[in-house]
Amino acid sequence: MKFLLVGNPNVGKSVIFSHLSGVTVIASNYPGTTVELTRSSFRWQNQLVDLIDLPGTYALEPTSPAEEVTASMIAEGDVIINVIDSTNLERSLNLTLQLIKTGKPLLIVLNLWDEANHLGIGIDAPGLERIIGVPVVSTCAITGEGIKGLVDHLSEARAGQYRFDDNERWHEVGKIVAAVQTIVHRHHTWLERLGDASLSPFTGVAIALAVMAGSFGLIRFIGEGLSNHVLEILFHRYWTPVVLKIYNWLGTGFISEILVGRVQTVQINYLGAFGLLTTGLFVPIALVLPYVLAFYLVLGLLEDTGYLPRLAVLADTFTHRLGLHGLAIIPMMLGLGCNVPGLMATRILESKKQRFIAATLTCIAVPCMSQMAVIAGLIGRYGISSLGVVVLTLMLTGMILGIILNRLVAGESPEIFIEIPPYRLPYLRVIAKKLWIRMKKFMLEAEPMVLLGVLIINILTYFHILNIFAQIFSPVVTGWLGLPAQSALALIVGFLRKDVAVGMLVPMGLSQHQLIVASVVLAMYFPCVATFVVLWKELGTSGLIKSTLLMIAVSTLVGGLLNLLL
Amino acid sequence: MPEPVDKIRLTDLKSGEKGTIVEILGGPALKSRLSAMGIFEGKEIVKVSGHFLGGPVILGLGKTRIALGSGMAGKIAVEKIK
Repeated sequence: MKFLLVGNPNVGKSVIFSHLSGVTVIASNYPGTTVELTRSSFRWQNQLVDLIDLPGTYALEPTSPAEEVTASMIAEGDVIINVIDSTNLERSLNLTLQLIKTGKPLLIVLNLWDEANHLGIGIDAPGLERIIGVPVVSTCAITGEGIKGLVDHLSEARAGQYRFDDNERWHEVGKIVAAVQTIVHRHHTWLERLGDASLSPFTGVAIALAVMAGSFGLIRFIGEGLSNHVLEILFHRYWTPVVLKIYNWLGTGFISEILVGRVQTVQINYLGAFGLLTTGLFVPIALVLPYVLAFYLVLGLLEDTGYLPRLAVLADTFTHRLGLHGLAIIPMMLGLGCNVPGLMATRILESKKQRFIAATLTCIAVPCMSQMAVIAGLIGRYGISSLGVVVLTLMLTGMILGIILNRLVAGESPEIFIEIPPYRLPYLRVIAKKLWIRMKKFMLEAEPMVLLGVLIINILTYFHILNIFAQIFSPVVTGWLGLPAQSALALIVGFLRKDVAVGMLVPMGLSQHQLIVASVVLAMYFPCVATFVVLWKELGTSGLIKSTLLMIAVSTLVGGLLNLLL
Repeated sequence: MPEPVDKIRLTDLKSGEKGTIVEILGGPALKSRLSAMGIFEGKEIVKVSGHFLGGPVILGLGKTRIALGSGMAGKIAVEKIK
């Protein structure tokens, strides 16, 4: 048995999915959070049945790859759980009537029931059930209210009895809405007013600047505070004695070099030591994790309040010059956390051209938080302006490249066309859950890669293979980029993990000028292996080759120019 | 005989003004895409805001807000409600 969750975007399908299956998936307050189908199963009537969460769609004729997934899956399902936004009954029913035409057994879930009541919207659920002939339940998924009722009524799901002419669908929807919906006029709430204000040109830009400044300030405050004042101290106080004991026991030699790295007998320079137990743990846990945590906390707030699509609308005026519409800022924002989910989110863009441009720009101009944390730690001591040069170079490169790609890449660039969800007060429980999923993923994926990177560097250094690499790359690395020859190894390690690669620069004693060039080149030149695989999946082989060639060319060009100009 | 209506493009409506959609000046693909979101002939709308420099137009359908590019907005003909 296959149960499908089908509905318009942003009606809460993923929240219901989490409740039914017990598997937590990321849900946010913007259309297009789910871009591929999520499968799980749950116990129902003493058997294990499949539950599939589908990307939201407005119609059964698809207009984006995310919607195609939904359209093609519906044929395979046995029962459709049609999730409806009770605050927007009319548009939801348009899809419901199309689902009735498929003849599949249907159960209707009036979600966001509490919000509809709050807005003065009343829906006669038994009346609706009588008219279209399928069971109707109401839920408030975010708090879990009504989920039990949903499960209880699953067995009653049946094909709809409503007969109508498909050309008159909206007219039919209008008739049903008139029969079951009552609206009591309420005054605009302050959230609605704020919602509109953040969409208009003047107030909107002011609000956007304030939100961005506040977000970056908060990320820096939490990240720096946690890193410098908590985790670093914990490492020095509790971990250093353990490592020193191991070091004294092992003595010097190959094993010690790999495990502990280069340490003095009384204290440890965790960034410079480069052992598995020193740098290999310190970089991901004490340096990167605090910033990633801070970033995902702020991102969660921006997602759940409903601010991101508003930012997308404001950005649209500018981004369509890059061949993208404003929604492209969503993959880019996600890419700031980690490029992998960022690239997957490019599926909310309709055309191949847009997805290619968005993915390439994300790889080149959007450094992930892990990498930025190490760059900030490294360059930070020369003041915020050096970091500013790095960020500005990335942004400027992204813009210029976008304008060029828009002219060169063949294909369509459809305009923005999205529903802006209302502002909602975020639920702390939901935010915390989402933060937990993302942090768990980060630790599970980042830590092994960091350790592998550190291990490879140590083996290469120990057997003096490093010099061979250094010689091969030295014309470009030293001659053109002005970096020490051994930094070539950082470029190789960067394929595993960018944060380790940046960390490798520490013992090389680079000047401020060289650090800026190296950071920019490392950010742009090639994706890390995780990103590379997703890029391949999203763009296909030829897209991947084009995109990576662009990265190599652009990073060499920009790095060299920076070296000449600075 | 139907009354002649004062047809203007959605882009020419001022922010805060209301109108009724009288025609979608585009092919079936555009019509079905707009209609899936609830934008079709006869629908009453309010223009919440329109961005300058070719930015998107924000349309209000009841409490729902929809952003659409100015190219699409220019293909929606409305009659202003005074």
